[in-house]
Amino acid sequence: MSEAKIIDARDTFCPGPLMELISYMKRANVGDELELLSTDKGSVNDVPEWIAKVGHELISSEQVGNVWHIKVRKTK
Amino acid sequence: MARKIYIVCVSGTREKLQMAAMIASVAAATGDEVCVFFSMNALLYFVKGQSPDAPVEGSFGTLLEQDGGVPPFKQLFKYAAELGDAKLLPCSMAIDLLRVSTDQLDPELGPPTGLTKFLSEAEGAQMLTF
Repeated sequence: MSEAKIIDARDTFCPGPLMELISYMKRANVGDELELLSTDKGSVNDVPEWIAKVGHELISSEQVGNVWHIKVRKTK
Repeated sequence: MARKIYIVCVSGTREKLQMAAMIASVAAATGDEVCVFFSMNALLYFVKGQSPDAPVEGSFGTLLEQDGGVPPFKQLFKYAAELGDAKLLPCSMAIDLLRVSTDQLDPELGPPTGLTKFLSEAEGAQMLTF
């Protein structure tokens, strides 16, 4: 299993982190893992909401300091 | 089930364009059918060579302007088109008044559209105006 691709969207505001994630997701292959780094508090709810709606997989979501690390897998 | 969200942008102020672009980009990227109709002052920013710096309405607009972490509204509209297939349509009347041709508009914009066609396509949609 390859390591997750890190998408550093720290210090950008809504909807920047989500748009960054979606941009990378479009170019990723099925099965790829992406880890979004965000300081935007809305991301912690918005990203899982988007993942659930479009049908990808949320692997984990954790806060380290003031940064949210949201790891997802492209499933289709 | 995908929603149908139609947005009318007429204001040329930063706050309104930013909010419209935020909704358009998130809705389109989430699978909703999104169509944005640009007319009046809002269309000016999509004419090639025009400054993208929209004037602010109030203090919050200044915050948007000064913080480098806020995605510019033009970039968000572009995301809406590229990531979510949103339609970005220039108002045909506004184009006529500005005396510009379609090749003088940003490439993300679709064909000049009249209100009759826009309203016909908007049937059943949520309509938001900025």
